[in-house]
Amino acid sequence: MTAMLNIKDLRAYYGQVQALHGLEFGLNEGSLTTLLGANGAGKTTTLRAICNMVRSTGSIEFDGASLSGRSTESIVRLGIAHVPQGRGTFTTMTVEENLQLGAITRKDKAGVTSDIERMYDHFPVLKERHTQQAGTLSGGEQQMLAVARALMLRPRLMLLDEPSFGLAPLIVRDLFKILGKINREDKVTILVVEQNAQLALELADKAYVIETGRIVMSGSAAEIAGNEDIRKSYLGY
Amino acid sequence: MELFINQVLAGIATGAIYACMALAVVMIYQAIDHLNFAQGEMAMFSTFIAWQLMQWGVPYWWAFLLTLVFSFAGGIAIERLLFKPLAKAPVLTNVAGFIALFAIVNSVAGLTWDFTIKQFPTPFGSSPFLGSQLISTHQAGMIGVTLGLLILLYLFFQFTRIGLAMRAAAALPESARLVGINTSWMIALGWGMAAAIGAIAGILIAPVVFLEPNMMGGVLIYGFAAAVLGGLSSPLGAVVGGFLVGVFENLVGTYIPGVGNELKLPIALALIITVLVLKPAGLFGRPIVKRV
Repeated sequence: MTAMLNIKDLRAYYGQVQALHGLEFGLNEGSLTTLLGANGAGKTTTLRAICNMVRSTGSIEFDGASLSGRSTESIVRLGIAHVPQGRGTFTTMTVEENLQLGAITRKDKAGVTSDIERMYDHFPVLKERHTQQAGTLSGGEQQMLAVARALMLRPRLMLLDEPSFGLAPLIVRDLFKILGKINREDKVTILVVEQNAQLALELADKAYVIETGRIVMSGSAAEIAGNEDIRKSYLGY
Repeated sequence: MELFINQVLAGIATGAIYACMALAVVMIYQAIDHLNFAQGEMAMFSTFIAWQLMQWGVPYWWAFLLTLVFSFAGGIAIERLLFKPLAKAPVLTNVAGFIALFAIVNSVAGLTWDFTIKQFPTPFGSSPFLGSQLISTHQAGMIGVTLGLLILLYLFFQFTRIGLAMRAAAALPESARLVGINTSWMIALGWGMAAAIGAIAGILIAPVVFLEPNMMGGVLIYGFAAAVLGGLSSPLGAVVGGFLVGVFENLVGTYIPGVGNELKLPIALALIITVLVLKPAGLFGRPIVKRV
């Protein structure tokens, strides 16, 4: 398989502070990969660098084309959906408007309408609340909405930043089940950044461990989960 | 009673202009979170363009249309040249930018068309409206145009893709970029629309206050008062606020002894302060429901 996303020597900066120190990894088309690591390891920064939301150097290639110098919105238009930390819900708008916004770059009206219905099948609770202000949804419902909004782009690659954050374990399981289904059925390549390593490793087929801005470990999810040393020293469970 | 109704109607008519200005103010406030102090001058300049076109023999409605197109393009140009570079600058830098724009537009208009007042025609005529002595056809026209504008804006923001994208860009720029919206151009579009709305306000009020470079000074302050009263985040609020300020101003001027015409403007300022103290979000500023 050829890598869909290829990252080489990625360095990112917040002002004078360097957050990533030469990160390298790749994602295969159709894979479900998780990026694990402690607080402040650089997981969020990595996702933000892919979408050019933080100053960075190095090479990021998507389908063989470089993403450097492209604006965030033009990267999104290539089919890279990003569910940011804190979900980025448009809280003052209705659930349905949030879904429409996810598809705002698409021209096929009929396709958008049928995709909204598809999202309501995936996430029935969103259908019940489709006229409600999105800010009134619970945390779990908002996370469902954020995932659904990202899918409305019909992305080829979906980046998720700590989707489990602040959610009850049962809801996280539901959400991850849906992510797995999306990956298998809709052939969306997924990169999940997680602190909840145990759950993420159950979901993913490949895993990278990141520490202070570098990849320190990589392997199949089963390998990483099965290695007690890694688990103890990097994943904390 | 006749006097009362008369004053209310006249208030609604001038309120329509305040409402237009408030709409323009709200458009830009939504886009960049700043009050555009030069909004009135931009409107005045547009009105001069319309006047100039008519001097050259262009029929009224064509001049009106061309002025809107010119103002829309001009608003976008101002944003691209002056305020886009200031997007990440501190508030005071932006304020300085607005004041500079105010001074430049005012001087250029004075230089080009001088400071003598000029007559400006009305397409509605100034005969009594429907035979009533209370309100003229021009005043009725002002009210009608403002309400029509509000309806158009509502339809635009609620039912078009680009309207939805503009709302998203105003509410959460970062999230908007993450769904692929070019937020920078949405801001420019907001400026263009605000400039065009301001032009409508200028053209409507010019027959009443006469055309000259300082014609919008007072109007803009009432427009601010209207926008603050209605809530800076709500176009509907801006229009309702405009009508309320117009009526309030007239009634106070008529019934409270000693106010008269001279003290009307301070009343608008007092209104701004009172609203900001008692209800900072304004009458229609929607409190945002948030749950974590």
